[in-house]
Amino acid sequence: MQKMMSALKKCATGIQGLDEITQGGLPKGRPTLVCGSAGCGKTLLAMEFLVRGAVQFNEPGVFMAFEENAEELTKNVASLGFDLEDLSKKKKIVVDYVYIERSEIEETGEYDLEGLFIRLDHAIKSVGAKRVVIDTIEALFSGLPNPNVLRAELRRLFRWLKAQGVTAIITGEKGEGTLTRHGLEEYVADCVIMLDHRVTEQISTRRLRIVKYRGSVHGTNEYPFLIDETGFSVLPITSVGLNHKATDERVPTGIPRLDAMLDGKGYYRGSSILVSGTAGTGKTSLAMHLVNKACSRGERCLYMASEESAHQIIRNAKSIGLDLAPWVKKGLLHFHVARPTYSGLEMHLVTINKLIREFRPNIAVIDPITGMTNIGSVDEVKAMLMRMIDILKSSYITTLCTSLTHGGQNLEQTVVAVTSLMDTWLLLRDIEYNGERTRGLYVLKSRGMAHSNQIREFLITAKGIDLTDVYVGQGMVLTGSARRVQEMKEKAESVVRREELERVKRELERKRLIMEAKINEVRAEYESAEEALLASVKEQELKENALAADRGVIAGMRKADASSKKKGRIYKQK
Amino acid sequence: MKRKTEDTISNLEEMAGEKSKEKYILKLYVTGMTPRSMKAVMNIKGICEEHLKGRYELEIVDIFQQPVLAKGEQIIAAPTLIKKLPLPIRKFIGDMSNTDKILIGLDLRTKK
Repeated sequence: MQKMMSALKKCATGIQGLDEITQGGLPKGRPTLVCGSAGCGKTLLAMEFLVRGAVQFNEPGVFMAFEENAEELTKNVASLGFDLEDLSKKKKIVVDYVYIERSEIEETGEYDLEGLFIRLDHAIKSVGAKRVVIDTIEALFSGLPNPNVLRAELRRLFRWLKAQGVTAIITGEKGEGTLTRHGLEEYVADCVIMLDHRVTEQISTRRLRIVKYRGSVHGTNEYPFLIDETGFSVLPITSVGLNHKATDERVPTGIPRLDAMLDGKGYYRGSSILVSGTAGTGKTSLAMHLVNKACSRGERCLYMASEESAHQIIRNAKSIGLDLAPWVKKGLLHFHVARPTYSGLEMHLVTINKLIREFRPNIAVIDPITGMTNIGSVDEVKAMLMRMIDILKSSYITTLCTSLTHGGQNLEQTVVAVTSLMDTWLLLRDIEYNGERTRGLYVLKSRGMAHSNQIREFLITAKGIDLTDVYVGQGMVLTGSARRVQEMKEKAESVVRREELERVKRELERKRLIMEAKINEVRAEYESAEEALLASVKEQELKENALAADRGVIAGMRKADASSKKKGRIYKQK
Repeated sequence: MKRKTEDTISNLEEMAGEKSKEKYILKLYVTGMTPRSMKAVMNIKGICEEHLKGRYELEIVDIFQQPVLAKGEQIIAAPTLIKKLPLPIRKFIGDMSNTDKILIGLDLRTKK
């Protein structure tokens, strides 16, 4: 059972991306059919397979060409950086050019293609080839008179190739309603790769699809590919899985107050951030802050701009107090400026992929992503952006994308509907009130952190972006001068209220003082009356006493009474 | 090339008269001693003996033994007969059983 499960052996092509789609490469020791219309890159794919085999995997190869001779081939692939001449000298690659001219050939009875077999066999043995390319065998159909013989011989050829144990690529021209003009797919049934070259709205895209891969799992989508100066590259983006690890590491935003809104620490490293807003709300400025901060920590930043030149961005950054020029000099900041319409979506993707590989940034800024919408349908753009974000995320690159929302559109909806792909979404909005436009910033979402729900006023000053509190109260949210006016008004009101209170307090104090004064006065009056009264009483008493004493003296003198009691009674009666 | 053409034109009548005296150099490429190879060898030998007696050279090459020659002569099918001389070079594939086609190709008989 275990043995039966052992998977098909694969032969790595070394072509960027193709091995990922096929999960390891082409079926080892079997022929693969590469078909497509003229000019779609069949020969190149086949040639790169051989060259990479020879250079990277030390597997020599044979190129049997029916359409171009060795010199033409050498010249053609030299433009892609392959030195075929050198490889031929080193006995790594043999090019065998098969020349057939129908007019020179006369059929005189039964024949077979043993000659071809012998040539191929000889070429394989001369370098010990493990890889074989036959490009394109359908030339035989036009070169030889009897298609029946040819079909039988082709069947034999593919069987023979399998028996030789070489991994082969057979190319075939696309036919009407069939994969190849002469139905090669009938013979080569193990693996069929189809190449396509389409032009939509003046922008061409190349695509690759694995039609069939016997005995192996493979991606079934159409994958964009690119032929550039380094050869073939397929983008296996839709196969990029969502299995990147998430870190707890944070990346400061460059604006302390914004950090505070995002759980006090900033964005997550490797997360994707969307800054959306209408024109002139400060999206780019926000991006500049992130870049400046990251560069000052020594991180590498890739700034992909499609609306402004690098110089313009640097100049504009200066106006808000950020000097980006030194970072460019130090090699920490790299600008990639290209108009979106410069190339197709896939080309952009490939370019970005390449930049990431070469520059290895920690932070990437795409300013703006909405520029891409001009070069494809919404679905295509969305798919492309999804792939791009996947690539960036899987490389742990913190990505900030700006998105322009047009006036009148729903602010909470971006043109390309990528918001669901984003981890953090900052919404910048214009607040127009009382003839003044001010900027507000919301954190619409920020996955995995406790973020602020409060709108903040967003100020662009000569010293950079500043976030201030907005006026919240009395059922109103005010920003800008309206906020200041309201604040001043409130301040004034509170001063008035405070003064009023003071005044009342003082009044009370005064009343108390008056009352106390009155009390004192009454008391003083009373005291003086009491004093006078007491004095007169005393006087009277003294007078009485004096009288009594006088009377006693007189009585004594008269000897009228002997007892003193009677004396008192007499006194009382008086 | 141009000179050759002029030669051909000026000597056309002469050549027509001398046709029967021209020397033929023929090479037959076969793959081993297969029945088809044997048949081709027998057929071409018969034709040569009958029509070109005394003025032909026939070389039989086994490309199994000399595969490099297959590449040099652009051989794909087997058996292949190449008429090296007189010019133009012409190729015949098959077991040489179609005598009429060979005779026409060798300019030994004109098309009717």
